[in-house]
Amino acid sequence: MNQSPILDVQNLTVHYGGAPAPSVQDVSFQLGRERLGIVGESGSGKSTVGRALMRLLPSARVTADRMQFEDVDLLGASERKMLAVRGARMSMILQDPKFSLNPIRRCGDQVAEAYRTHVRASKAEARAKAIAMLDAVQIREPERVYDLYPHEVSGGMGQRIMIAMMLLTSPDLVIADEPTSALDVTVRLQVLKILDDLVREQGIGLIMISHDLNLVRNFCDRVLIMYAGRVVEALNAADLDKAQHPYTRGLLAAQPRIGGSRQPLPVLARDPSWTQPQGAAL
Amino acid sequence: MKPVVIQDMTIRFGGTTVLNDVSLSVASGECFGLVGESGSGKSTILRCASMLYKGWTGDVLIGGQSVRSMDPMERCRVLQMVFQDPYGSLHPRHSVRTVLAEPLRIHGIGEQEARMRQALIDVGLPVEFLDRYPHQLSGGQRQRVAIARALILEPDVLFLDEPTSALDVSVQAEILNLLQRLRDEKGFTYLMVSHDLAVIDHMCDRFAVMKTGDIVEVLPRDAILDGTAKAPYAQELIGASLTYEQAAM
Repeated sequence: MNQSPILDVQNLTVHYGGAPAPSVQDVSFQLGRERLGIVGESGSGKSTVGRALMRLLPSARVTADRMQFEDVDLLGASERKMLAVRGARMSMILQDPKFSLNPIRRCGDQVAEAYRTHVRASKAEARAKAIAMLDAVQIREPERVYDLYPHEVSGGMGQRIMIAMMLLTSPDLVIADEPTSALDVTVRLQVLKILDDLVREQGIGLIMISHDLNLVRNFCDRVLIMYAGRVVEALNAADLDKAQHPYTRGLLAAQPRIGGSRQPLPVLARDPSWTQPQGAAL
Repeated sequence: MKPVVIQDMTIRFGGTTVLNDVSLSVASGECFGLVGESGSGKSTILRCASMLYKGWTGDVLIGGQSVRSMDPMERCRVLQMVFQDPYGSLHPRHSVRTVLAEPLRIHGIGEQEARMRQALIDVGLPVEFLDRYPHQLSGGQRQRVAIARALILEPDVLFLDEPTSALDVSVQAEILNLLQRLRDEKGFTYLMVSHDLAVIDHMCDRFAVMKTGDIVEVLPRDAILDGTAKAPYAQELIGASLTYEQAAM
């Protein structure tokens, strides 16, 4: 992180209309060309952070002291400007390919469309690009898969198609929101490896949103732990075992382990003070 | 406390054979796991054995009696099922009281109020929750209600279809502890589907690895770590799970 960061967020707060309290409160972090994990339980606001960065929350009140993506001020940018940024320079991989691919269009056409939306290219060029990218995510026979419909491909392949679509425009920032939760263990590792290799090769900044501590431990450089809309702890992924915050420690202890003792698992005792602000910003 | 024996279970949906001559036996009081990738037929075994699917061949014996020969009322008092997603398995407009009272009423069991209270106490919920609706409960509390519903007819066998995969780790720990405690207290036989080997390792004595409708291998819990699995797919699955967890070891 010697060069200037790709993304700089200071005190991001998101308040959904009708909700009594903000869903995300005072979240601050910087992202360089590295892999940042955001973990927390459901409802902790981790996906909301991702969506706020993509400006995909039109009805929520999003405030921040600073939300800068390279030269773009994400708070003040017009929607027209965002259309040029979203999908081209920053993109998002969603959880379940069953719901994020259009069921009535061929997979390859959807990948090519993502390319033609942002780059001036002929259909033939876009097709060639898409096939090359499908090949890069290790889909065998990319020409054949190009013409398949989403229901004809497996979950793992669908997610690789999504990754191809999102990386085709060479973005600088990719937000992966639970990219492998819907996949089997055997497939999960392959997909993560592919994503990881591409992110490293292209020097992309990656935000990995997940509830899975094992995943962020293995595939991220740094981790933010969120609880009730706040970042309670930030540490290097390798130091996860040395976590100080009782919430992080509780999450780690509650995870059953292969070869564990089979004693009752320690249950997380929640402390109301965890929702109070503290100096956990990076 | 009854053993479960599945004999040559086969089911086809259209031209596809989903289960192909599956046989396994679970001792009484044992927790037996079923693992495998999605679409391998794990949940289908539970759904056939509980007669939620009818068009299968083969037989399932619970305590020596065939599930086919039991009438539905009797079957419900022998085996119960807990489903994967507590957001989908509870009726949104039925209060916890309605959910728990219905089986008691159908089976003509008295002392309803006392039994409902006991069921909630058994699963660790306050008795005031009887008058709550599902949207007033968290995911973990909902799954406890689903377990209470399964317990209220005092069955011998519980089928658990991914009981914690829709829940956070912290809540999963509570539910797994609850299931273990109930097995110790009431001597249930569990047949449990999961895609998470760490959960299987924590809960089960033995488990079967499934692939495309076949059981490729039945292994004791220790086989996960000592590498005695022989079937290539079982090795692959165990290998992938261990790699995934590696940094945690």
